[in-house]
Amino acid sequence: MRPRRTKLRDEVVTLAHGAGGKATRALVEGLFVEELGNPLLAPLSDSALLEVNGSRLAFTTDSYVVKPIFFPGGDIGDLAVNGTVNDLAVAGAQPLALSAGFVIEEGFPVADLRRIAVSMARAAEAAGVPVAAGDTKVVERGKADGLYVTTAGIGIIAPEVGLGAEHIRTGDRVLVSGTIGDHGMAVMVARGELQLEVDLASDTACVLVLAQELLALGGALRFMRDPTRGGVATALNELAQAANVAVYLDEEALPVRPEVIGTCEILGIDPLYVACEGRLLAVVAAEACDAALARLQAHPLGAGAAVIGEVRDEPEGLVLLETSFGGSRVVDMLVGDPLPRIC
Amino acid sequence: MKFVDEFRSGALAQKLVHELEASVEPGRALKFMEVCGGHTHTIYKHGIEDLVPPEIDFLHGPGCPVCVIPMGRVDDAIALAERPDVIFTTFGDMMRVPGGRGSLLEAKARGADVRMVYSPLDALELARRNPDREVIFFAIGFETTAPSTAITVLRAQAEGISNFSAFCNHVTIGPPLKTILDSPGLQLDGFIAPGHVSTVVGTRPYDFMARDYGKPVVVTAFEPIDILHATVMLVRQLRDGRCEVENQYTRVVKRDGNPRALAVLDQTMELRDTFEWRGLGWIERSALKLRPEFAQWDAEARFELPGTRVEDPKACQCGEVLVGAIKPWECKVFGTACTPERPIGTCMVSSEGACAAYYNYGRLAKRRERVPA
Repeated sequence: MRPRRTKLRDEVVTLAHGAGGKATRALVEGLFVEELGNPLLAPLSDSALLEVNGSRLAFTTDSYVVKPIFFPGGDIGDLAVNGTVNDLAVAGAQPLALSAGFVIEEGFPVADLRRIAVSMARAAEAAGVPVAAGDTKVVERGKADGLYVTTAGIGIIAPEVGLGAEHIRTGDRVLVSGTIGDHGMAVMVARGELQLEVDLASDTACVLVLAQELLALGGALRFMRDPTRGGVATALNELAQAANVAVYLDEEALPVRPEVIGTCEILGIDPLYVACEGRLLAVVAAEACDAALARLQAHPLGAGAAVIGEVRDEPEGLVLLETSFGGSRVVDMLVGDPLPRIC
Repeated sequence: MKFVDEFRSGALAQKLVHELEASVEPGRALKFMEVCGGHTHTIYKHGIEDLVPPEIDFLHGPGCPVCVIPMGRVDDAIALAERPDVIFTTFGDMMRVPGGRGSLLEAKARGADVRMVYSPLDALELARRNPDREVIFFAIGFETTAPSTAITVLRAQAEGISNFSAFCNHVTIGPPLKTILDSPGLQLDGFIAPGHVSTVVGTRPYDFMARDYGKPVVVTAFEPIDILHATVMLVRQLRDGRCEVENQYTRVVKRDGNPRALAVLDQTMELRDTFEWRGLGWIERSALKLRPEFAQWDAEARFELPGTRVEDPKACQCGEVLVGAIKPWECKVFGTACTPERPIGTCMVSSEGACAAYYNYGRLAKRRERVPA
């Protein structure tokens, strides 16, 4: 979909390759796509789309290495379930089943593992999807940081659903289902290294119900994403490049909690790049914008939804922010910040 | 009072913009240098160039502490970090700065124990908790961050912590400004002088700029309203034929700075005879080192350093960018060979670097029409 593929020129993998920005893209496109490339993988979207006996299936996987494992608002268990369910949901799919793989460090408390399993079960039940397959591996002490979880999911897409960057048109509106950056900043603060006392909780949640509300709009719904690693800025940059359009954001319209703004300000981080784990980004036709906003806001999870921007023709492939101050600037993709592990 | 929103008010900005529009002489270009990388960042982050009249041009100065560290010192830092007994600690934005042989981030990926800290006191805490390891802090920055290094060394001394040391690269704000003012062909109408460093040094170090070089100076804070306000103050000075050092950042900066911070600096550090600045070359009496009586906590005294010298890459025009001779996008390698993910020059590394700020936020700025000088 993109004209130019990023080259991988590094000799070793650094933390920047895991940050979700340009370095991650170089690793994925310059190594994995080069070696594993195939038509199903090529779109590099949240879920791969498969045709099986006339049905369309969505298939996705994600690994979770968050530190700390328990954080305000959630833990690695519900994060792993919600993350994979959300990847299916934004593809327009109804999740059918999940799998979960656990890499556990020797010495990990069983009580903690049970607590995580319980939270996964709750999240799976809320999403109405079973964890149907699993795997466990234990490694020696010091070889993993407590626990890593990998989930995969499969879902079915209704015949009438047609989502994708190719459906995006000039004048379309961009919506987000709630405040941005809560998860990333809550986890950073929970690590305790900053000695900040901030009342912040992760937004980790299943956005399936919101996605289904928007799917009811039919063809007026063009595209959905969950702005996880790399945040809203990265998700919209990928969108702008895939659709060859410009996305204009209105800084005043961005829903950001004052606590997130304040913490970001202290650390020199832009909330636009901070991960959300229970938010939905949607592009809808201008005439359906009010209806989409109303549908999102009708749910408690979407109460903070807002229209944050608009799609225009020029400059192609760029995201621009019109600042509350009256100026404008480019919102580029994240360039490997040394941020701690947040998902 | 939220302390941030008030300084980002679009309505207040419009008032200042109106005054600027009324005050500038149409068609007469005005070039102001914002010395500090924090100002550059603010100008781009909030799109201030969109607001001011086209006569006003901001040039980006050398005040990004990460950007002025020469490559050889980065290589020396990596050599320290690669010692097996060492935990090497650094501010986050030094991690990606390339030396002659890679960055600290790459050294970390190869196995060096490099850790990001938010304060040198965090590094001292690491030393307390790891008595069998040597903890070295990569001390960088102007007089802004130097006092925190000084206090950390004093605390290490008071507590008798012997496995902590600082690799001191602190620099001073006055000498590079003189270097810029002495550079041939300089066309500058005034300076937006740095804010944070002035909280420590006060406004006296800039007096020579107005007195000896006839350039108006305004010490300025970091919010977008502050920058617009300072621009108005500079334009007023020029309009009234004044040439003074004014203080816009009165909510924090005092004429004499912070005497306690200056006292601990004087107690622990002294000027080096000369120090290499990336892009600006060697500048006499422009950097600080720990005094001999603190050699115990001085990484340069404690460990054998390669003392690496690396010439700035030929293609890189960071030096010209740093003195405001060219705009970042006029550099031959800007945005092609040199990008934030693969920086050649350090101006592209830190988000406060002029090139990175341009690249991340301002790439549309060059399309805008400017009044020729």
